[in-house]
Amino acid sequence: MPCQAPQERVSNFNEVALGYTEEQAIIEAKRCLQCKKPKCRDGCPVEVLIPEFIQAVADGDMATAAKQLKLKNALPAVCGRVCPQESQCESKCIVGIKSEPVAIGRLERFVADWEMAKEEAEEAKVADLDTVDGDQESESSATASPKKQKVAIIGAGPAGLSCAADLARFGYDVTVFEALHVAGGVLMYGIPEFRLPKAIVEKEIDSLRKLGVNLQVNMVGGKTFTVEDLQQKGYEAVFIGTGAGLPNFMGIPGENLCGVFAANEFLTRTNLMKGYDFPNFLTPVISGRKVAVLGAGNVAMDAARTALRLGAEEVSIVYRRSEKEMPARAEEIEHAHEEGVQFKVLTNPVEIVGDEQGWVKGMNCLRYELGEPDESGRRRPVPVEGSEFFMEVDSVIVAIGQGPNPLVTQSTAGLALNRKGTIQADEEGRTSLPGVFAGGDIVTGAATVILAMGAGKKSARAIDQYLQSKQS
Amino acid sequence: MYPIVKKIIHSPAVKEFEVYAPMVAEKAKAGQFFILRVSEKAERIPLTIADYNREQGTITTIIQELGASSTLFGQMEEGDHILDFVGPLGVPSEIERYDHPVVLVGGGIGIAPIFPIARDLKEAGNEVISIIGARNKELLIWEEKMASVSDQLIVCTDDGSYGRQGFVTDALKDLYEERGQLSALWAIGPMPMMRAITNVTRPWELKTIVSMNPLMMDGTGMCGACRVQVGSETKFACVDGPEFDGHLVDFDLAIKRLSIYKDQEKRALAVLEHKGGHCGCQ
Ligand SMILES: Cc1cc2nc3c(=O)[nH]c(=O)nc-3n(C[C@H](O)[C@H](O)[C@H](O)COP(=O)(O)OP(=O)(O)OC[C@H]3O[C@@H](n4cnc5c(N)ncnc54)[C@H](O)[C@@H]3O)c2cc1C
Ligand SMILES: Cc1cc2nc3c(=O)[nH]c(=O)nc-3n(C[C@H](O)[C@H](O)[C@H](O)COP(=O)(O)OP(=O)(O)OC[C@H]3O[C@@H](n4cnc5c(N)ncnc54)[C@H](O)[C@@H]3O)c2cc1C
Ligand code: SF4
Ligand code: SF4
Ligand code: FES
Ligand SMILES: [Mg+2]
Repeated sequence: MPCQAPQERVSNFNEVALGYTEEQAIIEAKRCLQCKKPKCRDGCPVEVLIPEFIQAVADGDMATAAKQLKLKNALPAVCGRVCPQESQCESKCIVGIKSEPVAIGRLERFVADWEMAKEEAEEAKVADLDTVDGDQESESSATASPKKQKVAIIGAGPAGLSCAADLARFGYDVTVFEALHVAGGVLMYGIPEFRLPKAIVEKEIDSLRKLGVNLQVNMVGGKTFTVEDLQQKGYEAVFIGTGAGLPNFMGIPGENLCGVFAANEFLTRTNLMKGYDFPNFLTPVISGRKVAVLGAGNVAMDAARTALRLGAEEVSIVYRRSEKEMPARAEEIEHAHEEGVQFKVLTNPVEIVGDEQGWVKGMNCLRYELGEPDESGRRRPVPVEGSEFFMEVDSVIVAIGQGPNPLVTQSTAGLALNRKGTIQADEEGRTSLPGVFAGGDIVTGAATVILAMGAGKKSARAIDQYLQSKQS
Repeated sequence: MYPIVKKIIHSPAVKEFEVYAPMVAEKAKAGQFFILRVSEKAERIPLTIADYNREQGTITTIIQELGASSTLFGQMEEGDHILDFVGPLGVPSEIERYDHPVVLVGGGIGIAPIFPIARDLKEAGNEVISIIGARNKELLIWEEKMASVSDQLIVCTDDGSYGRQGFVTDALKDLYEERGQLSALWAIGPMPMMRAITNVTRPWELKTIVSMNPLMMDGTGMCGACRVQVGSETKFACVDGPEFDGHLVDFDLAIKRLSIYKDQEKRALAVLEHKGGHCGCQ
């Protein structure tokens, strides 16, 4: 897929991958064998109709392709960009046995972008007509049928939003309560602009509003309101999708020094608060000159690449296993390499060291070797005795995972939790409390966008069943 | 949007606002705070709930203009609307009935957040002794409100322009000489003041609660900017606090952490003043 050249893109926040042209998309789509039993579908958590939409692309019928996609996936423009395709749909593609698998994610992105561009053009036309005809109420919203019961969604991340969308389609009166000042969850505050333009997320959220979903921001579950308050206010079902937003730290000395940031702080300042446009936007963000990013997942890659764009001279991923075990998407690791991020693998800090002003000046690190596989199946990193060395850095970004946000779970009496504080829920999101459902990272721990969306969809169906049986 | 229903100017940089935010007012308790963002480009800034009115749905806060975002807020007028206003955040103060007097120490604009705590302690049946201080008479706020919820009120100014001359720590030492038996103390003010108070009360083994004001952003436990070192533990002030056992807080570290963005903050303020034409270059 065409990309911005690495040396150019490290100095801007524009999207890195530029997307297919129509010709390129059709050529790629024709590589699909249209398998009778498509293995690719088994790899997709929401079972996108992959051969069907790809056939439509091959035929040049993008409108049909978009329809096929949206049957299973409410946010194709997002998933096409951020799904770990190499371990999901594309990992199962038959073509992939002998050569490169069909680029399902890129095709998905192409179709979604095509549809958005078309909608934009139509809206522009409608707007033109409006100015001629004067103000005419739009037909669709005025003639909506009366709504069914009230349902509350806590948290406007992918899980909450996809649950809200389906419930609104089923005819429920849906309100989403979000703690931050915008909806979108990690899509807005975590994943950077250069990987997922915020305009795309905003568009998806707009279409949710058009479905009649009521979005309320600045509402913190467990503080501004509780689940019990919602039930008392007549919400007959509640879906909790508050995500895994609690940053982990390593618990080593020096972690509270100035210049040590959780990736969430660094990325939120940059993305949500638009710190890259400081002082036009007033929230400051600093990357430091020599930056160490601890961890090797998507969050770590995003932090490292963001630091480069903010002007850091040297950015290193510091990871105690080897590159093979890195949990980030393959494309992000590749892009990070191309942009000049250094990979210090089989290395881990034991202490962060500060100067007199309380600022980071470096880390004492140990080197590691890979030993026997552990319970996760990955080879366990073992420290090499006497390998301690000092690594000079002036900023450390900690990206070693996130736990579940406890504000809602701790304020909801009787809600059963797992050992790590995630909510206990069945496949359809039913919790220990009747009428209370949950899904996404708050149930699974930090996972993926598509899994969170899948969970939201399943809960929407379960909520529908629950409310129907309650009525009869 | 959250309209400003009342504004009082206490001194050039200290303003009191009453804001209509019924959802926050309904739940507000002493010791809690909220976060506001005055407009699209401003920061999210945390401010303490100095008072609330559940019937009218309003929150009262007192702000000291320091940098760009607090100055933008300070410049707003009655009838203006605040873009985002979220809360109440943090853990409320633990209010109980103590055997001996409780002491409330408020320094500068720290007097405002100490007020609702004093009121609740008084209502719970405690003997409340309040010590409030400011650099000078002009900067002293809410003397009457504090008097109304205190059994005894001691007022100090650094320059002696009003009340007794000296620091709140001096007044506290004298009080301890006189009374001896005290049950608990709350101190809110600039970090150096809170540190000084904890140093005074440590040898007395007096339970001393401070309200930490570190850098914050989301206020929901998501970003970790608000980390404070309390004993051997790292706490997130927005969800675990903002009140902590003052004898365990690492104030030296907390004060250093406040300066992380110092250079950028200066730049932001300069840009704001430039736009406002105050720099005289336009
Ligand atoms: C930097 C980063 C990069 C990532 N990259 C990828 C990627 O490339 N591909 C991929 O598939 N996944 C990626 N992920 C993971 C993915 O984003 C998450 O798995 C997904 O967003 C989970 O969705 P969710 O709806 O469960 O939670 P979230 O997206 O976390 O949304 C939860 C929402 O609930 C709100 N909330 C929290 N507490 C409360 C409360 N008390 N009251 C009200 N609202 C509340 C939050 O503000 C937030 O808006 C990444 C994550 C991060 C942090
Ligand atoms: C829980 C809590 C309650 C607070 N209550 C009050 C109050 O009632 N009245 C009041 O005037 N102030 C209060 N503050 C402090 C207030 O939030 C800061 O003064 C304000 O954010 C400064 O922003 P600025 O852009 O104007 O200043 P800047 O120029 O950005 O900073 C000036 C100084 O203020 C501090 N500061 C900056 N940003 C923040 C931030 N996001 N959070 C906390 N401190 C910051 C730093 O020490 C900084 O050096 C409180 C802070 C906290 C954490
Ligand atoms: S949603 Fe994700 S996993 Fe499913 S087909 Fe699309 S890119 Fe693949
Ligand atoms: S497995 Fe590959 S070739 Fe077969 S239908 Fe899916 S995408 Fe096409
Ligand atoms: S302010 Fe972000 S975690 Fe406390
Ligand atoms: Mg500021």
